[in-house]
Amino acid sequence: MNVTIVDYKSGNISSVINSFKEVAENKVKIEVTSDISKIKSTDKVVLPGQGSFKSCVDALQSIKGLVDSLNEFVMNKKKPLLGICVGLQMFADVGYEESETKGLGWISGKVTKIDNQNGKYKLPHIGWNQINIVKGSKIFKDIKDKSHMYFVHSYEFVPTDKNSISATTDYSSKHVCAVEKENIFGTQFHPEKSDKTGLKIINNFINL
Amino acid sequence: MLKNRIIPCLDVKNGRVVKGINFVDLKDAGDPVEQAKIYSDGGADEICFLDITASNENRDTIYEVVEKTSKKCFVPLTVGGGVRSVDDINKLLNCGADKVSINTAAVENSKVVVDSSKKFGSQCIVVAIDAKKNGNKWEVFTHGGRNNSGIDALEYAKKMEDSGAGELLVTSMDRDGTQVGYDIELMSKISSKVNIPLIASGGVGNLDHLVEGIKSGKASAVLAASIFHYGKYSVKEAKQYLESKGIPVRT
Repeated sequence: MNVTIVDYKSGNISSVINSFKEVAENKVKIEVTSDISKIKSTDKVVLPGQGSFKSCVDALQSIKGLVDSLNEFVMNKKKPLLGICVGLQMFADVGYEESETKGLGWISGKVTKIDNQNGKYKLPHIGWNQINIVKGSKIFKDIKDKSHMYFVHSYEFVPTDKNSISATTDYSSKHVCAVEKENIFGTQFHPEKSDKTGLKIINNFINL
Repeated sequence: MLKNRIIPCLDVKNGRVVKGINFVDLKDAGDPVEQAKIYSDGGADEICFLDITASNENRDTIYEVVEKTSKKCFVPLTVGGGVRSVDDINKLLNCGADKVSINTAAVENSKVVVDSSKKFGSQCIVVAIDAKKNGNKWEVFTHGGRNNSGIDALEYAKKMEDSGAGELLVTSMDRDGTQVGYDIELMSKISSKVNIPLIASGGVGNLDHLVEGIKSGKASAVLAASIFHYGKYSVKEAKQYLESKGIPVRT
């Protein structure tokens, strides 16, 4: 089996690569590429994302045919994809970081800034926070409710369809930190930096 | 609920861990990769490497250390010391650092912070502020504490937030290596002035100092070196103590 991490030159993906390789050992092939033909033929895709919503969307679009290939992979072939951080946020219809930017539209909703209640809460939301698992997602197999995950973000995904929410976290308010809709998985937190629990989530995704 | 973080800091020189008393008088305390792994297995919330004499020396050893560490540690890794340019930041991130801390270069040219936070995102840009008290204010020092820039630390902290820093790592030069506790006044003043998280550093000698840093200093995270390196306390003991004092920690 092949798991492909999309390298679209946006932010630092070394940690994502290291964690997937650690979990996969030599049983699963971890590929890092922006080559569309490879993405088309792979079994699973990981979509990381760092920086702003706009910079990530722009970077995806700057690689010719990439967005179309991802759409095909997710919407038609219905193969599993895991979005991490801004990778998850891009599932939305629209994001408001920097300027209003159209997202991939896979899970209806918007990405807006976390309400810091006039400075009561510091942003970015950085550090370890507990997740409230609200539905039994396949990537949460053997993950306990209230597990700690590592977060770094200032924007949150607000999906229209609340059934897509698989976990929330409490910071300023209760916000979405994981989604699952059919073959589409996403985490706002960084499983690749969430110690053994995070690696378990990666393992669950690899073994879907 | 967001937890307060405990960050062991490893001062690295030529690929080896050292910790100075007021930045001089260095002692060798082991291999950074192994130490980082021990810390992450022991519950450290993040690991920090500071390449302390990097401003003057060949830096290639740090890249190798970062690369090896990032393959073994799956908690965030911050690397600083001698970071001069967007290109340096890019290299460290590519080697597997999750955040890069910028010190002297940010004082000399805040554009490094502006450009790097735009390019890589604020989440990976930490501005390190070495501050020393002078009368009733604090001044920012550069070059590993050797040069006084004369810049007011509070105003500078705000400027760095506006420039795109995701976090501030504030070290009291007066307290560093003394083990008498953080400069609480400095920490709380900066933390109240900015809306980004503050990591307190410099002066930890016991676990109560960590508690003070968070409760009175309003730090989101506490950084310490000696108390962990020489086995005085483990990260686990530190967390248990913080928890007993009502501070939320990841256990």
